[in-house]
Amino acid sequence: MDPIMLSRIQYALTTIFHFFFVPLSIGLVLLVAIMETLYVVKGKEVYKTMAKFWGKLFLINFAVGVVTGIFQEFQFGMNWSEYSRFVGDVFGAPLAIEALLAFFMESTFIGLWIFGWDRLSKKVHLACIWLVFIGTFLSALWILAANSFMQHPVGFEINNGRAEMNDFFALITNGQLLVEFPHTIFGALMTGAFVVTGISAYKLMKKQDVEIFRKSFNIAIIIGLVSSLGVAFSGHFQAQYLVETQPMKMAASEGTWTTTEDPAPWTVVAFVDPDKQENSGEIKIPGLLSYLSYSKFSGSVKGMKELQAEYEQTYGPGDYIPPVRTTFWSFRIMIAAGGLMILLAIYGTFLAMRRKLEGAGKWFMRLMVFAISLPFIANTSGWIMTEVGRQPWTVFGYMTTEAGVSPYVSAGQILFSTIAFTVTYAILGAVMVYLFVREIKAGPYAVEKPEEHDESADPFGVDGGYSVVTK
Amino acid sequence: MLSLSELWFLLIAVLFVGFFFLEGFDFGVGMSTAMIGKTDRERRTLINSIGPFWDGNEVWLITAGGAMFAAFPHWYATLFSGFYLPLVVVLLALIGRGVAFEFRSKMRHERWRKTWDIIIVVSSALLPFLFGVVFATLMKGLPIDAQMQLRPGFLDIVNPYTVVGGLSVTLLCLVHGLLFASLRTVGDLRERALNMAKKLMLPLAAILVIYAVMTYFMTDVFAVRGWALWIMVVLGAASLGLAAYFVRQKREAWAFGMTGAVIAIAFASVFIGLFPRVMVSSMGSAFDLTVYNASSGAYSLKVMTIVACTLLPFVLGYQIWSYYIFRKRLNDQHHLEY
Repeated sequence: MDPIMLSRIQYALTTIFHFFFVPLSIGLVLLVAIMETLYVVKGKEVYKTMAKFWGKLFLINFAVGVVTGIFQEFQFGMNWSEYSRFVGDVFGAPLAIEALLAFFMESTFIGLWIFGWDRLSKKVHLACIWLVFIGTFLSALWILAANSFMQHPVGFEINNGRAEMNDFFALITNGQLLVEFPHTIFGALMTGAFVVTGISAYKLMKKQDVEIFRKSFNIAIIIGLVSSLGVAFSGHFQAQYLVETQPMKMAASEGTWTTTEDPAPWTVVAFVDPDKQENSGEIKIPGLLSYLSYSKFSGSVKGMKELQAEYEQTYGPGDYIPPVRTTFWSFRIMIAAGGLMILLAIYGTFLAMRRKLEGAGKWFMRLMVFAISLPFIANTSGWIMTEVGRQPWTVFGYMTTEAGVSPYVSAGQILFSTIAFTVTYAILGAVMVYLFVREIKAGPYAVEKPEEHDESADPFGVDGGYSVVTK
Repeated sequence: MLSLSELWFLLIAVLFVGFFFLEGFDFGVGMSTAMIGKTDRERRTLINSIGPFWDGNEVWLITAGGAMFAAFPHWYATLFSGFYLPLVVVLLALIGRGVAFEFRSKMRHERWRKTWDIIIVVSSALLPFLFGVVFATLMKGLPIDAQMQLRPGFLDIVNPYTVVGGLSVTLLCLVHGLLFASLRTVGDLRERALNMAKKLMLPLAAILVIYAVMTYFMTDVFAVRGWALWIMVVLGAASLGLAAYFVRQKREAWAFGMTGAVIAIAFASVFIGLFPRVMVSSMGSAFDLTVYNASSGAYSLKVMTIVACTLLPFVLGYQIWSYYIFRKRLNDQHHLEY
């Protein structure tokens, strides 16, 4: 295998894996922060128990997100050194700011939150978890600023064969960022919401710790409703921006080979044949693609063949059509998962508002448990569409992915590291799922039990030997 | 006046020095769990002593990496692609170590705990060793060609000089960590940590002397920097001497400060010796990467300087605050966060 293909595979695998954990962290930490806020405001212990229980799941997940994130930063230099040389000036800046502004904040305040229950006042402790949330939020903002530059490069000029930043403000007000950030953040909040509602539904079905899980469900389903609608709307704006800035990605996501009629129909499903450059067995909804693209039921959308000809004129000879099937289907899977989540969130909110959750049909509760997988499917396929749809470019219009690879890292080295990371990540994933299941089975009240008694700690002493002794 | 690229070299140097000073002790505490933590609870106490900090300490490395990427893209690209396999190991160790702290406590099974404990010890020793090796190669020089590409052979990375460099850093972190552990614990654990640190002082001094002598003969840093490096050597030796003295006096706070000073002086010397180079080419000084030919454009550096100067006071502020919150010793009466 050649190093380019291996680097691509490695990038895809490690990024997808990393992005299982990141949105869940962002979503969960918001819910934990809300629960702890309720505890501080209302003073009811039950909210503290909730915050601690979901907090435990958050921490397991956060740990994996953090450690897999370190590789994300390093692999640009390791596998994509030419890319790093070309764009480091522009792309490196948001990464450095992400570390300075967000990572320090997350890591310091998460430490204070975990170890500070006995040492900080309630309000300061609460502030810590909110600061962790703000940290994750800022982290997403800056990493997406970097990603948006790859989708829609702005704020730079080419000097001596390198992209050099000349307008920082343009970089952080990049139109792409303005549509990509809300979409991704809503997706993350939705992930946390559906994981919490799914687990709560499971526990409610089993009639375990009903009060805690009913409350958890109610809080999460509202976040789920707001965020799933937010995802849909922001996705709509993102699609429109795509038509303007990366029409080829849009055409590939739609499987549109030739420029459509006016108004353009939306293809629900089709057999896409990239070799013959045509589709068969299409099911279409008239006018919908026009609406998605321009917010009105008129206007045609350019096809890949025309765009290919245009791109050859602009960028010289080459194949500018991304892997169409992958883009087409990942787009559809994302939309299907997202749509299903909206329906579930609406019905779930309805039940919660009517206080009919416990009387809800088993089918709904089972569906909610199954729905835990939906945000992960949607997040993953969304990113596949975004990143695969940009190919062959890594920086749209300026650098192809092939040109960005490290020239002297051998295929053997990359193969070795790909295998090493895949195995490590597989183990991490398995352990994490196992620990998650354990914590869920043990339930929220397992949290409060002291871990174990040491002979030196007198179990008959004040506080059962766990009083805080200061020296 | 400093130019912006020189300023960023200084900043990256500060980030690395900060990283080794801070994560240095949590590497050391990680290693020490095998040596002085006899029971599960003692090992947990040791881990708890660094529990609130290690993640924040690691961010110093991540920030140094990000700053290299942004301020010196060529340095970042040449170094990271050139050191491909060592970095794979570094990353795997960082990953293993990070989740081990979180995972080990989640089950009470003996084998489960033992597995994660081993990962903590091995990765905590391996990481400073590998960092030591990498920094030693930076001083010694590497085959960097005219295109700024680095294709090192095995012996370019692994040789007596770099191995001694790796061992020096590992031992230094171990002693530094033992002193941190003695600072945050009481009773037996504190005694054991201090005793172990006392025993290791002489080997540490020996290997640092060997490394300094090798550096004199095998690199050009003394020739390039002359008296500046000699001052560092004298300061380093004095700090080490004081560390040994304070350990004997059982004044672990001062001793910890002194081993920290040795770490800071050692890594500061690396950057002083390199400057204005960031990577020395063994194929001729014309191919050296320097702060001038490897850096980003002036605009980018200016933006980053403004951002960094605005944010750093806050970062330092809350990090210091978090150390202040967790300043008290952990004893075995304590409720430990698992």
